[in-house]
Amino acid sequence: FLYVHRDPMLKKRDDFEDILEERRNCSDLRYALKCYTPVVYKGLTPCKAGVLKNMVLQSDQLHYVINQVSKETGKAPEDVQEEASAILEEMAHRMQLSTVRFFAFTLCKVFKTLFRSICVNEEGIQRLQQAIQEHPVVLLPSHRSYMDFLLMSYILFTYDLALPVIAAGMDFMGMKIVGEMLRMSGAFFIRRSFGGDKLYWAVFSEYVKTILKNGLAPVEFFLEGTRSRTAKSLTPKLGLLNIVMDPFLKGEVFDINVVPVSISYERILEETLYARELLGVPKPKESTSGLFKARRVLSEDYGSIHVYFGQPVSVRSLAEGRVNRCQFNLTPRHIPKRPSDDVHSFVNAAAYRLVRAQEENMVLKPWVLLASLLLQNHHQDLDQDRALTEEALWLRDVCRQYGAFLHWPDHVPPSEVVSSSLDLHRGLVRISEGRVRLAVEHAGPSEEQLLNQAVVVLSCASYRNQALHVFLRPALLASAMHIATSSNKQEVFNSFSFLRNMFSNEFILCPGATMQDFEEACFLLVKTGVLQITEQEVLSTHRGHRTLAFLTRMMDPFLQGYQVICMFLCEEASEALTEKTFIPAVRGFMVKQLLSGRLRYTEVLSSDLQKNALAALLRLGAVLKTKGYVDY
Amino acid sequence: CGSTSNTDAGGLFMWMSLIGHSLRQEIMKWNGWGYVDSKFQFNKKGQAEFTGKRYRLSGMVMPALKEWFESTFGASLQHKTPASAIPNSSAVQPPILNEAFVEDLKSTGIPFSQDAEDRVFRAHGHCLHEIFALREGKVGRVPDMVVWPSNHNDVVKIVELACKHNVCLIPYGGGTSVSSALECPPEETRTIVSVDTSQMNRILWIDEKNLTAHVEAGIVGQELERLLNESGYCTGHEPDSMEFSSLGGWVATRASGMKKNIYGNIEDLVVHIRMVTPQGVIEKSCQGPRMSTGPDIHHFILGSEGTLGVVTEVTMKIRPMPEYQKYGSVVFPNFEQGVACLRELTLITNVFAGHALKPQKFYITKFKGFDPNRLCVATLLFEGDRERVLQHEKQVYDIAAKFGGLAAGEDNGQRGYMLTFVIAYLRDLGMDYYVIGESFETSVPWDRVLDICRNVKERIIRECKERGVQFPPLSTCRVTQTYDAGACVYFYFAFNYRGLSDPVHVYEQVEHAARDEILANGGSLSHHHGVGKLRKEWMRETVSRVGMGMLKSVKDYVDPGNIFGNRNLL
Repeated sequence: FLYVHRDPMLKKRDDFEDILEERRNCSDLRYALKCYTPVVYKGLTPCKAGVLKNMVLQSDQLHYVINQVSKETGKAPEDVQEEASAILEEMAHRMQLSTVRFFAFTLCKVFKTLFRSICVNEEGIQRLQQAIQEHPVVLLPSHRSYMDFLLMSYILFTYDLALPVIAAGMDFMGMKIVGEMLRMSGAFFIRRSFGGDKLYWAVFSEYVKTILKNGLAPVEFFLEGTRSRTAKSLTPKLGLLNIVMDPFLKGEVFDINVVPVSISYERILEETLYARELLGVPKPKESTSGLFKARRVLSEDYGSIHVYFGQPVSVRSLAEGRVNRCQFNLTPRHIPKRPSDDVHSFVNAAAYRLVRAQEENMVLKPWVLLASLLLQNHHQDLDQDRALTEEALWLRDVCRQYGAFLHWPDHVPPSEVVSSSLDLHRGLVRISEGRVRLAVEHAGPSEEQLLNQAVVVLSCASYRNQALHVFLRPALLASAMHIATSSNKQEVFNSFSFLRNMFSNEFILCPGATMQDFEEACFLLVKTGVLQITEQEVLSTHRGHRTLAFLTRMMDPFLQGYQVICMFLCEEASEALTEKTFIPAVRGFMVKQLLSGRLRYTEVLSSDLQKNALAALLRLGAVLKTKGYVDY
Repeated sequence: CGSTSNTDAGGLFMWMSLIGHSLRQEIMKWNGWGYVDSKFQFNKKGQAEFTGKRYRLSGMVMPALKEWFESTFGASLQHKTPASAIPNSSAVQPPILNEAFVEDLKSTGIPFSQDAEDRVFRAHGHCLHEIFALREGKVGRVPDMVVWPSNHNDVVKIVELACKHNVCLIPYGGGTSVSSALECPPEETRTIVSVDTSQMNRILWIDEKNLTAHVEAGIVGQELERLLNESGYCTGHEPDSMEFSSLGGWVATRASGMKKNIYGNIEDLVVHIRMVTPQGVIEKSCQGPRMSTGPDIHHFILGSEGTLGVVTEVTMKIRPMPEYQKYGSVVFPNFEQGVACLRELTLITNVFAGHALKPQKFYITKFKGFDPNRLCVATLLFEGDRERVLQHEKQVYDIAAKFGGLAAGEDNGQRGYMLTFVIAYLRDLGMDYYVIGESFETSVPWDRVLDICRNVKERIIRECKERGVQFPPLSTCRVTQTYDAGACVYFYFAFNYRGLSDPVHVYEQVEHAARDEILANGGSLSHHHGVGKLRKEWMRETVSRVGMGMLKSVKDYVDPGNIFGNRNLL
């Protein structure tokens, strides 16, 4: 217990500038056609798109794999080379400044209608500019909306920064024109799964590395792999991060700067879409016409967006003392190799650290606090002016003490802050005669009504989730105290450790950091007068009751969700249960429980929670995954 | 190195050997590189000149050097850091003497000395920290005695007495070590005796049938070449330090010479080695050109860095002196092309000696159409019969042309070679004006050469910044040797230390970081400088735990009492 904490309240963050403000005052066309001369990497040797393709196709790495594949399959090397070339053709971006300008112009119009402001921390932009000149740069934005990568490119264009090439999922390619246009604005496309395809992997990784090593453009991708439908950060995917760290580990570049970017939406465009998807209404296939059907969204107010460019992280300093780079000395560097254990755990730890850096700089709006409060009280009305506002102010203060990046306008009377927040999210709340509640009808006996209710609850939960990372560690401690049989410190720690382990697929909890997390939770709760911790015991104080109750209630839906899934597995699951049928089966089970009133939280219907719970149980060995049929 | 200076210096050496053992000390600097009379200095007009008469550069004025010096380091002629003038005998600790050993030694008649100056002179090599301390008049643990054996048998007697009386021996050849190998371990409480081999400097025989020469190991490089040349032969082994370094030193450190592409490195050149150890004399029974008799015992000796015994006699391969010699140079648009070309040349025609370097502007001519900030010059030396030399030369220039290289004349080539001998003198000039620096080397596979150069240079710059160095450092490199499987790369690192309280410590930290970077980029711990005490900490990871155990068990068998207690290597 020697871990020393920096007080989170002392976290220093930059100020924001609204980049839409200028757009509202001068010509969009002039803006789109402005002189664009970004600073570039100091070691850049400029090259044309065709040259890039040749560099990739003629690389030692690709040659090696082509010969290997040719030997394994009996195909002629020339044919494999052709395949590689075709893969590259399908993948490669074709960035054109004219398309970027077109997007800049259109997006101006769209952004101005949808959003009140797009706020960017300009100091972060300056740091990024510096970073781009010094070393190859990787941009890692959080992923909550389709909007994200267009928004990123738009901002970089606005600030005259080098435009990134962006790893995009192949599903965008379905949108014929849009797909091609995205390609021309810097997107390159990768298949969703290509596990065993050596050739594909080789082309892909070599393509990314070539761009990065030569500093041709910043490389942008989403660490979380996909859009988070719940607004919780997702467990990071390591594939691309492995690829971009490789040139540093193998000494091909001196360093790489990784820049986490936090994009927070006051209101998410896909809000109810996500909720439906989580409830099992299948996701509409990305299609151009589908996107235009979304025109309805254009008439609504989505508040503001905050984009925070974090401190560039040097991969060299991350790896210092953690990876022995000499391990690459004994095989030619162009021969593909699985990452060794230490490289794997290094990349994994780095990924978590970067996701946490994203989380920390997410801007939270007052609504996030209101959503948390309304969810905890959704069976009762709250008096808007008194109860809700009072609770919100209390929560605001707790939040700040925990170091949250909360944008609460202190110069506006609290009741106005609350009412304008409620107004922006009026689809999710009911206000009548000064009393507020979630927009859920008290569920009748039908499944349909239940699902409708769940849509609202899950939408609302997605806002509460934005603040989860702030409360997570204290909340785990609060729940741990709740379930521990005594106030003995070791016992509480054991419960904490159990919960943390259980939920490590659900939340971003860095592997191996149990002790730090426990210490951090203790520190915060002691500092705020909620707990007293002695050598032996963890005790709650009288005035800490309110906080502890709030924190435990925050964890409750998750705890109940995992419990009911265990119940399902014990009671209903048969050997014939497959991964595919698991979700519908669990959902059916839960619906029954909810309708009969034996289950409290509609939130458990989220397929995200169900998948995470299954993954956790698999990880913990409570559930076994077998291939084919098992004969006992 | 021009032929005039060779003869001059050789003449001096002969005279020196006749007169006595301490003379060398009088013509050599005690706290800097090389001869007392040869040094760079700024004359009254503020122009740089090189003093003395020994080198082609001697007596020349170099107007461009001052500007280069000032602009590269931010140094100024106003800010001087002169060395303390005379070795201060009172700073030297009185010798710890093993009286019984001294008595027995006297009875052998082998000359020895306990004079402070003699002892200080043999207490160091040429690492920056060693020279810096001497310039400040600081002296640490030094040998307690110096002894001058004049042949193999003398060494046998000395080693026997040392074992008998438990005395620590440190062999001393030319004193050009750059690995802290000659530093006396401060914790050593026994009498430390420096065994100076300089009097064992004869060629014992030349065998023209088999093209070998049997030579005493104390002979210094240029003397060996001069004596062989008189008979029409040469060894072709020309390390940059050949004016001062000794044959025994080459064997003990696995030395490499700049003409190794034609003649080979020291391990290729030796046919037979004789070494005196505490367990007795080790040598092979015949002079067969190659043997399959288990692991080659020469390889326990080569690179043993004075930890196992004293090398006393060596049979070396010799060759008839080349009929014709021609220098050459090629200028490339950039370092990348230069390196690519050297690799190609090595694979196609391995008959030249060559370097590729990014020249410093103070001595390079301007080349039309080349960016002076990026260009790279390769210097070349061809040797052999005239016809073949000219044929190779053409072949080399044809290949170079494919890499954008242009022939840049014999002059530039010759100047490049000359520079390798005087470059060590430059550091002393820098040290007069707040500039300290050093070169260090590595060997690395071809595909890593460019990466290692970039990363190590950048690491040096970054480390300097982080450690508060106020001026941008000089951080540059060159490829000095080529092999089929890779190259030897030299790094040059120097900086202006004004404003730093402990510049040597900063220097050492940066060099340490640079070595870490070298290893992380697939470079070796050393190509030919050796390990000494300076690079010991990386030995285990370099040769593996088992490898260390092997070396250790050899040491334990050969020298169980740690008589050869310089504590190098292991």
